[in-house]
Amino acid sequence: MTASDPQTGRLFAALPVQDAPAMARLHERLVEQAQREGILDVAYRTLDTPVGRLLLAATGQGLVKVAYAVQDHDAVLRQLADSISPRILNAPARLDETSRQIEEYFAGRRTRFDLPLDWRLSKGFRREVLTHLCDIGYGHTESYAQVAAASGSPRAVRAVGTACATNPLPLVVPCHRVVRSDGSVGGYAGGPDAKHTLLTLEAVA
Amino acid sequence: MQPFEQIVTDYGPVVLRVCRAVLGPQEAEDAWSETFLSALKAYPDLPPDANVEAWLVTIAHRKAIDVTRAAARRPTPVETLPERPGRTGRPEDWDGDLWQVLRALPDRQRQAVAYHYLAGLPYKEIADLCGGSTDAARRAAADGIKTLRTTYPRPA
Repeated sequence: MTASDPQTGRLFAALPVQDAPAMARLHERLVEQAQREGILDVAYRTLDTPVGRLLLAATGQGLVKVAYAVQDHDAVLRQLADSISPRILNAPARLDETSRQIEEYFAGRRTRFDLPLDWRLSKGFRREVLTHLCDIGYGHTESYAQVAAASGSPRAVRAVGTACATNPLPLVVPCHRVVRSDGSVGGYAGGPDAKHTLLTLEAVA
Repeated sequence: MQPFEQIVTDYGPVVLRVCRAVLGPQEAEDAWSETFLSALKAYPDLPPDANVEAWLVTIAHRKAIDVTRAAARRPTPVETLPERPGRTGRPEDWDGDLWQVLRALPDRQRQAVAYHYLAGLPYKEIADLCGGSTDAARRAAADGIKTLRTTYPRPA
């Protein structure tokens, strides 16, 4: 006799297997308590945008990860669990301000992000490159070679490409503003269409 | 490692069911909250090959004891409450009749029934959790189920 025994199953039929309202209430309470006790290491939410559904994740220090749907959000969350902490909950409140600014950006009402960033997922030269990207203004672009020169290593063009490709904070740290010397858009974590959409948005505004 | 959110999604409902069967509608949500907060704290140190469901039920078992003790210490106006829990709002609207029958079982039997039939814990682990032998846990579950079958569902 097991839990799947139909007779026993009927016995417990009055106890709902799934109780969505109760789970929603308990989840909310868990987030509040975890936040209060300082053990919500990573909070995340998703946000629907013109470039698809974005995953936004933040530590107590700031925004730590932005991921496009093509990057597989479940896989990204598992990576965050391994690289930062598995104490991860879907807790949108910590990302309210981030979401607001991203929505303003897509509405053409924001040209720079003013958010606390947690850079821990980017180290060394890659991080230097990404830090420089924040200086490329809205509506402007630079070539990979220009970024390499600005980062102090003019021959490290390929490394700049890698830094952009592995940018943990795409969109907010504008690696989409780095294009090929021949003017073509080049690769992008969110796919070439997303990069084209962002560059078009900024060119029109 | 799975993000803890996935653990809540995968195991939250079954742990709630266990808490409800062991504690009834009034205290179940407090026990669930205490269980998952405690689990979230300890989660980074959980061995990768651990049986997550058994781990959560173990925590829930301890929290249920805490919650029961706290409730016993609290001067609650139990006498003024109706015999059967209401069917609307909190506490949850699951069948009050089932809880009346479960509540009448000895603690050991109610725990053994919930842990085995709802959470699928083997009798050996139930014995580790509640004390006593594996056979005693098996008997407690069998006796509990037998009583439930004869007294529930009752005619409306």
